[in-house]
Amino acid sequence: MHWLNALAVVILMMSGWRIYNATGFLGFTIPKGITLGGWLGGALQWHFAAMWVLGINGLLYLAFNLASGRLLRKFFPVSPKALLADLLAALQGNLAHADPRHYNMVQRLAYLFVMLDSVLLVVSGLVLWKSVQFPLLRELMFGYEGARLVHFIAMAALAAFVVVHLAMVVLVPRTLVYMTRGR
Amino acid sequence: MTIKPTPRLAIDGDAVLKEAVSRISHASKPGTPARREFLRRSLTLGGLAMLTGCSLTDEASVDTALSRISRINDDVQGWLFDPNRLAPTYPDSMITRPFPFNAYYGQDQIREVEESSFRLEVTGMVADKRKWSLPELRAMPQIDQVTRHICVEGWSAIGKWGGVSFGHFLRRVGADLSAKYVGFKCADDYFTSIDMATALHSQTLLALTYDGQPLPPKYGFPMKLRMPTKLGYKNPKHIQAIYVTNMYPSGYWEDQGYNWFGGS
Repeated sequence: MHWLNALAVVILMMSGWRIYNATGFLGFTIPKGITLGGWLGGALQWHFAAMWVLGINGLLYLAFNLASGRLLRKFFPVSPKALLADLLAALQGNLAHADPRHYNMVQRLAYLFVMLDSVLLVVSGLVLWKSVQFPLLRELMFGYEGARLVHFIAMAALAAFVVVHLAMVVLVPRTLVYMTRGR
Repeated sequence: MTIKPTPRLAIDGDAVLKEAVSRISHASKPGTPARREFLRRSLTLGGLAMLTGCSLTDEASVDTALSRISRINDDVQGWLFDPNRLAPTYPDSMITRPFPFNAYYGQDQIREVEESSFRLEVTGMVADKRKWSLPELRAMPQIDQVTRHICVEGWSAIGKWGGVSFGHFLRRVGADLSAKYVGFKCADDYFTSIDMATALHSQTLLALTYDGQPLPPKYGFPMKLRMPTKLGYKNPKHIQAIYVTNMYPSGYWEDQGYNWFGGS
Protein backbone atom coordinates (compact mmCIF):
# COMPACT_ATOMS: atom_id res chain seq x y z
CA MET A 1 0.00 0.00 0.00
CA HIS A 2 2.77 2.39 0.98
CA TRP A 3 4.85 1.81 -2.15
CA LEU A 4 1.91 1.99 -4.51
CA ASN A 5 1.03 5.26 -2.83
CA ALA A 6 4.60 6.50 -3.17
CA LEU A 7 4.53 5.67 -6.90
CA ALA A 8 1.24 7.52 -7.36
CA VAL A 9 2.50 10.55 -5.43
CA VAL A 10 5.69 10.76 -7.50
CA ILE A 11 3.72 10.56 -10.77
CA LEU A 12 1.08 13.02 -9.59
CA MET A 13 3.62 15.51 -8.31
CA MET A 14 5.88 15.45 -11.37
CA SER A 15 2.99 15.62 -13.85
CA GLY A 16 1.29 18.23 -11.67
CA TRP A 17 4.37 20.44 -11.93
CA ARG A 18 4.15 20.24 -15.72
CA ILE A 19 0.46 21.16 -15.56
CA TYR A 20 1.30 24.08 -13.26
CA ASN A 21 3.90 25.27 -15.80
CA ALA A 22 1.14 25.76 -18.41
CA THR A 23 0.28 29.00 -16.63
CA GLY A 24 2.89 29.42 -13.90
CA PHE A 25 0.24 31.42 -12.10
CA LEU A 26 2.33 31.92 -8.97
CA GLY A 27 5.01 33.72 -10.94
CA PHE A 28 7.59 30.99 -11.37
CA THR A 29 8.02 27.83 -13.44
CA ILE A 30 9.28 24.45 -12.36
CA PRO A 31 12.37 23.11 -14.18
CA LYS A 32 11.17 20.94 -17.05
CA GLY A 33 13.68 18.22 -16.21
CA ILE A 34 11.85 17.22 -13.05
CA THR A 35 8.41 17.20 -14.64
CA LEU A 36 6.57 14.30 -16.24
CA GLY A 37 4.51 14.12 -19.42
CA GLY A 38 6.59 16.17 -21.88
CA TRP A 39 3.76 18.56 -22.71
CA LEU A 40 0.51 19.62 -21.04
CA GLY A 41 -1.61 16.91 -22.69
CA GLY A 42 0.82 14.18 -21.69
CA ALA A 43 1.11 15.47 -18.13
CA LEU A 44 -2.68 15.56 -17.83
CA GLN A 45 -2.91 11.94 -18.99
CA TRP A 46 -0.42 10.87 -16.32
CA HIS A 47 -2.15 12.97 -13.68
CA PHE A 48 -5.63 11.66 -14.46
CA ALA A 49 -4.35 8.07 -14.52
CA ALA A 50 -2.38 8.21 -11.26
CA MET A 51 -5.23 9.99 -9.47
CA TRP A 52 -7.17 6.70 -9.51
CA VAL A 53 -4.26 4.87 -7.90
CA LEU A 54 -3.91 7.48 -5.14
CA GLY A 55 -7.65 7.81 -4.62
CA ILE A 56 -8.51 4.09 -4.51
CA ASN A 57 -5.39 3.20 -2.51
CA GLY A 58 -6.11 6.02 -0.07
CA LEU A 59 -9.74 5.00 0.38
CA LEU A 60 -8.71 1.38 1.02
CA TYR A 61 -6.05 2.56 3.49
CA LEU A 62 -8.51 4.72 5.42
CA ALA A 63 -11.21 2.04 5.38
CA PHE A 64 -8.79 -0.62 6.59
CA ASN A 65 -7.32 1.60 9.29
CA LEU A 66 -10.70 2.76 10.56
CA ALA A 67 -12.31 -0.68 10.50
CA SER A 68 -9.42 -2.46 12.21
CA GLY A 69 -8.98 0.26 14.82
CA ARG A 70 -5.37 0.67 13.67
CA LEU A 71 -5.88 4.39 13.15
CA LEU A 72 -6.88 4.93 16.78
CA ARG A 73 -4.30 2.48 18.10
CA LYS A 74 -1.26 3.72 16.21
CA PHE A 75 -1.89 7.44 15.77
CA PHE A 76 -3.73 8.38 18.95
CA PRO A 77 -3.58 9.87 21.48
CA VAL A 78 -1.51 12.86 20.41
CA SER A 79 -0.65 14.79 23.53
CA PRO A 80 0.88 18.26 23.13
CA LYS A 81 3.15 17.73 26.14
CA ALA A 82 4.54 14.43 24.89
CA LEU A 83 4.83 15.95 21.42
CA LEU A 84 6.99 18.77 22.76
CA ALA A 85 9.18 16.30 24.64
CA ASP A 86 9.61 14.08 21.55
CA LEU A 87 10.26 17.07 19.34
CA LEU A 88 13.00 18.32 21.67
CA ALA A 89 14.50 14.85 21.83
CA ALA A 90 14.38 14.61 18.04
CA LEU A 91 16.15 17.93 17.61
CA GLN A 92 18.85 16.80 20.00
CA GLY A 93 19.19 13.67 17.94
CA ASN A 94 18.26 11.18 20.63
CA LEU A 95 14.66 10.30 19.94
CA ALA A 96 14.47 6.57 20.47
CA HIS A 97 13.26 4.26 17.71
CA ALA A 98 13.62 1.13 19.82
CA ASP A 99 10.41 -0.30 18.40
CA PRO A 100 9.69 1.04 14.93
CA ARG A 101 6.17 -0.34 15.10
CA HIS A 102 5.39 2.16 17.79
CA TYR A 103 5.06 5.71 16.46
CA ASN A 104 6.36 8.53 18.62
CA MET A 105 4.41 11.78 18.92
CA VAL A 106 6.24 13.55 16.11
CA GLN A 107 5.57 10.62 13.79
CA ARG A 108 1.92 10.45 14.80
CA LEU A 109 1.42 14.13 14.09
CA ALA A 110 3.36 13.98 10.82
CA TYR A 111 1.42 10.94 9.55
CA LEU A 112 -1.93 12.36 10.61
CA PHE A 113 -0.98 15.60 8.88
CA VAL A 114 -0.12 13.83 5.67
CA MET A 115 -3.43 11.93 5.75
CA LEU A 116 -5.40 15.15 6.12
CA ASP A 117 -3.25 16.89 3.51
CA SER A 118 -3.93 14.04 1.08
CA VAL A 119 -7.67 14.38 1.67
CA LEU A 120 -7.32 18.09 0.94
CA LEU A 121 -5.40 17.31 -2.26
CA VAL A 122 -8.09 14.90 -3.42
CA VAL A 123 -10.95 17.27 -2.59
CA SER A 124 -9.34 20.31 -4.23
CA GLY A 125 -8.34 18.09 -7.17
CA LEU A 126 -11.95 16.96 -7.59
CA VAL A 127 -13.01 20.62 -7.72
CA LEU A 128 -10.39 21.41 -10.38
CA TRP A 129 -11.43 18.37 -12.41
CA LYS A 130 -15.21 18.71 -12.02
CA SER A 131 -16.03 22.10 -10.56
CA VAL A 132 -19.60 22.08 -11.91
CA GLN A 133 -20.43 18.56 -10.76
CA PHE A 134 -19.28 19.03 -7.12
CA PRO A 135 -20.85 22.35 -6.04
CA LEU A 136 -20.50 21.70 -2.31
CA LEU A 137 -16.81 20.88 -2.54
CA ARG A 138 -16.35 23.88 -4.84
CA GLU A 139 -17.78 26.24 -2.23
CA LEU A 140 -15.62 24.60 0.45
CA MET A 141 -12.53 25.31 -1.67
CA PHE A 142 -13.48 28.98 -2.24
CA GLY A 143 -14.52 28.39 -5.83
CA TYR A 144 -12.52 27.11 -8.80
CA GLU A 145 -9.70 29.66 -8.45
CA GLY A 146 -9.53 28.99 -4.70
CA ALA A 147 -9.17 25.27 -5.41
CA ARG A 148 -6.15 25.97 -7.65
CA LEU A 149 -4.39 27.67 -4.78
CA VAL A 150 -5.43 25.06 -2.20
CA HIS A 151 -4.27 22.25 -4.52
CA PHE A 152 -0.87 23.90 -5.00
CA ILE A 153 -0.32 24.68 -1.31
CA ALA A 154 -1.38 21.17 -0.27
CA MET A 155 1.05 19.79 -2.87
CA ALA A 156 3.85 21.95 -1.44
CA ALA A 157 3.02 20.70 2.07
CA LEU A 158 3.12 17.09 0.85
CA ALA A 159 6.44 17.76 -0.87
CA ALA A 160 7.82 19.17 2.39
CA PHE A 161 6.61 16.08 4.23
CA VAL A 162 8.29 13.80 1.67
CA VAL A 163 11.60 15.65 2.09
CA VAL A 164 11.52 15.31 5.89
CA HIS A 165 10.23 11.74 5.62
CA LEU A 166 13.13 10.73 3.35
CA ALA A 167 15.64 12.57 5.54
CA MET A 168 14.38 10.53 8.49
CA VAL A 169 14.83 7.29 6.56
CA VAL A 170 18.42 8.31 5.83
CA LEU A 171 18.96 9.03 9.55
CA VAL A 172 17.34 5.79 10.70
CA PRO A 173 17.98 3.45 7.75
CA ARG A 174 16.69 0.31 9.43
CA THR A 175 13.13 1.68 9.16
CA LEU A 176 13.45 1.09 5.42
CA VAL A 177 14.00 -2.61 6.11
CA TYR A 178 10.85 -2.72 8.21
CA MET A 179 8.98 -0.88 5.51
CA THR A 180 10.07 -3.11 2.64
CA ARG A 181 9.52 -6.23 4.75
CA GLY A 182 6.16 -4.98 5.87
CA ARG A 183 6.66 -5.69 9.58
CA MET B 1 -1.53 28.53 -28.05
CA THR B 2 0.95 26.55 -30.12
CA ILE B 3 2.04 23.74 -27.89
CA LYS B 4 3.49 20.80 -29.77
CA PRO B 5 3.83 17.39 -28.20
CA THR B 6 7.45 16.64 -27.42
CA PRO B 7 9.01 13.27 -26.59
CA ARG B 8 7.94 12.13 -23.16
CA LEU B 9 9.72 10.38 -20.36
CA ALA B 10 9.49 6.71 -21.19
CA ILE B 11 8.26 4.35 -18.53
CA ASP B 12 7.61 0.64 -18.83
CA GLY B 13 3.83 0.99 -18.83
CA ASP B 14 3.15 -2.74 -19.09
CA ALA B 15 5.35 -3.50 -16.11
CA VAL B 16 3.73 -0.76 -14.06
CA LEU B 17 0.29 -1.99 -15.04
CA LYS B 18 1.13 -5.63 -14.34
CA GLU B 19 2.55 -4.59 -11.00
CA ALA B 20 -0.60 -2.68 -10.11
CA VAL B 21 -2.81 -5.63 -11.10
CA SER B 22 -0.75 -8.11 -9.11
CA ARG B 23 -0.84 -5.83 -6.08
CA ILE B 24 -4.59 -5.57 -6.24
CA SER B 25 -5.00 -9.34 -6.55
CA HIS B 26 -2.57 -9.90 -3.68
CA ALA B 27 -4.22 -7.34 -1.45
CA SER B 28 -7.15 -9.66 -0.85
CA LYS B 29 -4.92 -12.46 0.43
CA PRO B 30 -3.86 -11.78 4.00
CA GLY B 31 -0.85 -13.54 5.41
CA THR B 32 1.28 -13.62 2.26
CA PRO B 33 4.62 -15.21 3.09
CA ALA B 34 7.15 -12.60 4.13
CA ARG B 35 9.57 -13.46 1.34
CA ARG B 36 7.01 -12.94 -1.37
CA GLU B 37 5.95 -9.77 0.38
CA PHE B 38 9.52 -8.57 0.28
CA LEU B 39 9.92 -9.39 -3.40
CA ARG B 40 6.67 -7.73 -4.22
CA ARG B 41 7.59 -4.56 -2.43
CA SER B 42 11.05 -4.36 -3.87
CA LEU B 43 9.45 -4.76 -7.29
CA THR B 44 7.45 -1.66 -6.65
CA LEU B 45 10.58 0.02 -5.42
CA GLY B 46 12.01 -0.85 -8.83
CA GLY B 47 8.97 0.75 -10.40
CA LEU B 48 9.69 3.89 -8.47
CA ALA B 49 13.32 3.86 -9.52
CA MET B 50 12.26 3.63 -13.16
CA LEU B 51 10.53 6.95 -12.88
CA THR B 52 13.80 8.69 -12.23
CA GLY B 53 15.75 6.61 -14.73
CA CYS B 54 13.95 7.47 -17.99
CA SER B 55 13.89 5.59 -21.31
CA LEU B 56 13.41 1.92 -20.62
CA THR B 57 11.03 0.37 -23.11
CA ASP B 58 8.90 1.56 -25.98
CA GLU B 59 7.00 4.77 -25.54
CA ALA B 60 4.10 3.54 -27.64
CA SER B 61 2.85 1.07 -25.05
CA VAL B 62 2.83 3.77 -22.38
CA ASP B 63 0.89 6.07 -24.69
CA THR B 64 -1.58 3.30 -25.43
CA ALA B 65 -2.11 2.59 -21.73
CA LEU B 66 -2.57 6.28 -20.91
CA SER B 67 -4.97 6.79 -23.83
CA ARG B 68 -6.99 3.81 -22.67
CA ILE B 69 -7.27 5.31 -19.18
CA SER B 70 -8.29 8.61 -20.77
CA ARG B 71 -11.14 6.78 -22.55
CA ILE B 72 -12.22 5.30 -19.21
CA ASN B 73 -12.13 8.82 -17.78
CA ASP B 74 -14.49 9.87 -20.60
CA ASP B 75 -16.97 7.24 -19.43
CA VAL B 76 -16.59 8.23 -15.78
CA GLN B 77 -17.23 11.87 -16.65
CA GLY B 78 -20.26 10.94 -18.74
CA TRP B 79 -21.57 9.06 -15.73
CA LEU B 80 -20.77 11.94 -13.34
CA PHE B 81 -22.42 14.50 -15.63
CA ASP B 82 -25.75 15.60 -14.20
CA PRO B 83 -27.91 17.11 -16.99
CA ASN B 84 -29.80 19.19 -14.43
CA ARG B 85 -26.81 20.58 -12.58
CA LEU B 86 -26.07 24.16 -13.57
CA ALA B 87 -22.70 25.85 -13.71
CA PRO B 88 -22.53 28.93 -11.47
CA THR B 89 -23.50 32.24 -13.07
CA TYR B 90 -22.11 35.64 -12.13
CA PRO B 91 -23.16 39.30 -12.16
CA ASP B 92 -21.99 41.44 -15.09
CA SER B 93 -19.64 43.27 -12.72
CA MET B 94 -17.53 40.12 -12.41
CA ILE B 95 -16.83 39.78 -16.14
CA THR B 96 -13.09 39.52 -16.82
CA ARG B 97 -11.96 42.51 -18.89
CA PRO B 98 -10.40 42.17 -21.32
CA PHE B 99 -11.53 38.58 -21.82
CA PRO B 100 -8.45 36.61 -22.92
CA PHE B 101 -8.05 35.49 -26.53
CA ASN B 102 -7.13 31.84 -26.90
CA ALA B 103 -6.73 29.50 -29.88
CA TYR B 104 -4.24 27.04 -31.32
CA TYR B 105 -2.80 29.97 -33.31
CA GLY B 106 -1.84 33.55 -32.50
CA GLN B 107 -3.97 36.71 -32.64
CA ASP B 108 -2.45 37.64 -36.00
CA GLN B 109 -4.06 34.58 -37.59
CA ILE B 110 -7.64 35.19 -36.51
CA ARG B 111 -10.02 34.17 -39.32
CA GLU B 112 -12.50 36.70 -40.71
CA VAL B 113 -15.78 35.14 -41.83
CA GLU B 114 -17.99 37.04 -44.30
CA GLU B 115 -21.44 37.55 -42.80
CA SER B 116 -23.50 37.91 -45.99
CA SER B 117 -22.34 34.68 -47.60
CA PHE B 118 -22.17 32.67 -44.39
CA ARG B 119 -24.42 29.61 -44.13
CA LEU B 120 -24.34 27.15 -41.25
CA GLU B 121 -24.42 23.55 -42.45
CA VAL B 122 -26.33 20.96 -40.43
CA THR B 123 -25.80 17.33 -41.45
CA GLY B 124 -25.83 13.76 -40.16
CA MET B 125 -28.68 12.34 -38.13
CA VAL B 126 -31.04 15.32 -38.53
CA ALA B 127 -34.41 15.58 -40.28
CA ASP B 128 -33.91 19.08 -41.65
CA LYS B 129 -30.56 19.49 -43.43
CA ARG B 130 -31.12 22.96 -44.80
CA LYS B 131 -28.49 25.66 -44.28
CA TRP B 132 -28.90 28.53 -41.86
CA SER B 133 -28.08 32.19 -42.38
CA LEU B 134 -27.13 34.43 -39.47
CA PRO B 135 -30.38 36.49 -39.55
CA GLU B 136 -32.36 33.24 -39.32
CA LEU B 137 -30.43 32.20 -36.23
CA ARG B 138 -30.81 35.66 -34.70
CA ALA B 139 -34.57 35.39 -35.22
CA MET B 140 -34.73 32.38 -32.89
CA PRO B 141 -35.31 32.93 -29.13
CA GLN B 142 -32.11 34.35 -27.59
CA ILE B 143 -30.75 33.85 -24.08
CA ASP B 144 -27.59 35.09 -22.45
CA GLN B 145 -25.54 34.07 -19.46
CA VAL B 146 -22.42 35.10 -17.54
CA THR B 147 -20.32 32.02 -16.81
CA ARG B 148 -16.78 30.95 -16.04
CA HIS B 149 -14.64 29.72 -18.92
CA ILE B 150 -12.06 27.24 -17.61
CA CYS B 151 -9.03 26.52 -19.78
CA VAL B 152 -7.25 23.16 -19.79
CA GLU B 153 -4.11 25.15 -18.91
CA GLY B 154 -5.66 25.98 -15.53
CA TRP B 155 -6.64 29.64 -15.86
CA SER B 156 -10.23 30.77 -15.86
CA ALA B 157 -12.10 33.92 -16.90
CA ILE B 158 -15.69 35.07 -16.63
CA GLY B 159 -17.51 36.13 -19.79
CA LYS B 160 -20.98 36.88 -21.10
CA TRP B 161 -22.30 34.97 -24.07
CA GLY B 162 -25.70 35.19 -25.73
CA GLY B 163 -27.43 33.15 -28.43
CA VAL B 164 -29.69 30.23 -29.12
CA SER B 165 -30.14 27.34 -26.70
CA PHE B 166 -28.34 24.52 -28.48
CA GLY B 167 -30.88 21.95 -27.28
CA HIS B 168 -33.62 24.11 -28.78
CA PHE B 169 -31.72 24.33 -32.05
CA LEU B 170 -31.13 20.55 -32.20
CA ARG B 171 -34.84 19.89 -31.65
CA ARG B 172 -35.71 22.49 -34.27
CA VAL B 173 -33.63 20.74 -36.93
CA GLY B 174 -35.08 17.40 -35.89
CA ALA B 175 -31.83 15.93 -34.66
CA ASP B 176 -31.90 12.33 -33.50
CA LEU B 177 -31.46 13.04 -29.78
CA SER B 178 -30.55 9.44 -29.11
CA ALA B 179 -27.38 9.83 -31.20
CA LYS B 180 -24.14 9.77 -29.23
CA TYR B 181 -22.20 12.73 -30.60
CA VAL B 182 -22.45 16.19 -32.07
CA GLY B 183 -19.45 17.25 -34.13
CA PHE B 184 -18.27 20.69 -35.22
CA LYS B 185 -16.18 21.88 -38.16
CA CYS B 186 -14.86 25.41 -38.01
CA ALA B 187 -13.64 28.10 -40.38
CA ASP B 188 -10.25 28.13 -38.63
CA ASP B 189 -9.81 24.39 -39.43
CA TYR B 190 -10.48 23.54 -35.81
CA PHE B 191 -12.78 20.61 -35.11
CA THR B 192 -14.15 19.00 -32.01
CA SER B 193 -17.13 17.01 -30.77
CA ILE B 194 -19.28 16.60 -27.69
CA ASP B 195 -21.64 14.09 -26.08
CA MET B 196 -25.40 14.45 -26.69
CA ALA B 197 -26.14 14.92 -22.95
CA THR B 198 -23.97 18.04 -22.82
CA ALA B 199 -25.38 19.25 -26.16
CA LEU B 200 -28.83 19.20 -24.58
CA HIS B 201 -27.74 20.87 -21.29
CA SER B 202 -29.78 24.01 -20.64
CA GLN B 203 -26.65 26.20 -20.45
CA THR B 204 -25.21 24.99 -23.75
CA LEU B 205 -25.50 27.91 -26.18
CA LEU B 206 -24.98 28.40 -29.86
CA ALA B 207 -23.45 31.77 -29.00
CA LEU B 208 -23.89 34.66 -31.45
CA THR B 209 -22.92 37.51 -29.14
CA TYR B 210 -20.26 38.37 -26.61
CA ASP B 211 -21.10 40.94 -23.92
CA GLY B 212 -24.19 42.08 -25.83
CA GLN B 213 -22.36 42.65 -29.15
CA PRO B 214 -22.13 40.37 -32.20
CA LEU B 215 -19.31 37.93 -31.52
CA PRO B 216 -16.10 39.67 -32.62
CA PRO B 217 -13.74 37.61 -34.83
CA LYS B 218 -11.33 37.00 -31.94
CA TYR B 219 -14.10 35.31 -29.94
CA GLY B 220 -15.27 33.22 -32.89
CA PHE B 221 -17.51 35.13 -35.33
CA PRO B 222 -20.02 34.13 -36.58
CA MET B 223 -20.74 31.68 -33.78
CA LYS B 224 -19.20 29.53 -31.12
CA LEU B 225 -20.55 26.75 -28.99
CA ARG B 226 -20.46 27.91 -25.39
CA MET B 227 -20.63 25.27 -22.65
CA PRO B 228 -19.84 26.25 -19.06
CA THR B 229 -19.79 22.51 -18.29
CA LYS B 230 -16.77 21.89 -20.49
CA LEU B 231 -13.17 23.12 -20.77
CA GLY B 232 -12.26 25.84 -23.27
CA TYR B 233 -10.92 23.58 -26.04
CA LYS B 234 -14.32 21.87 -26.19
CA ASN B 235 -15.96 25.24 -27.05
CA PRO B 236 -15.35 25.60 -30.82
CA LYS B 237 -15.29 29.04 -32.49
CA HIS B 238 -16.07 30.08 -36.10
CA ILE B 239 -18.47 27.12 -36.46
CA GLN B 240 -19.34 26.33 -40.10
CA ALA B 241 -20.84 22.88 -39.88
CA ILE B 242 -22.63 20.86 -37.23
CA TYR B 243 -23.25 17.14 -37.61
CA VAL B 244 -25.01 14.57 -35.47
CA THR B 245 -23.47 11.11 -35.50
CA ASN B 246 -22.85 7.83 -33.70
CA MET B 247 -19.31 7.57 -35.06
CA TYR B 248 -16.70 8.95 -32.64
CA PRO B 249 -15.71 12.24 -34.31
CA SER B 250 -12.71 13.16 -32.09
CA GLY B 251 -11.16 16.62 -32.26
CA TYR B 252 -8.08 18.75 -32.96
CA TRP B 253 -6.59 18.68 -29.45
CA GLU B 254 -8.23 15.39 -28.55
CA ASP B 255 -6.24 13.67 -31.33
CA GLN B 256 -3.07 14.91 -29.66
CA GLY B 257 -3.95 13.67 -26.20
CA TYR B 258 -6.36 16.04 -24.49
CA ASN B 259 -9.19 14.17 -22.84
CA TRP B 260 -12.21 13.89 -25.15
CA PHE B 261 -14.99 14.53 -22.63
CA GLY B 262 -13.16 17.55 -21.16
CA GLY B 263 -15.96 18.28 -18.72
CA SER B 264 -15.91 20.42 -15.63
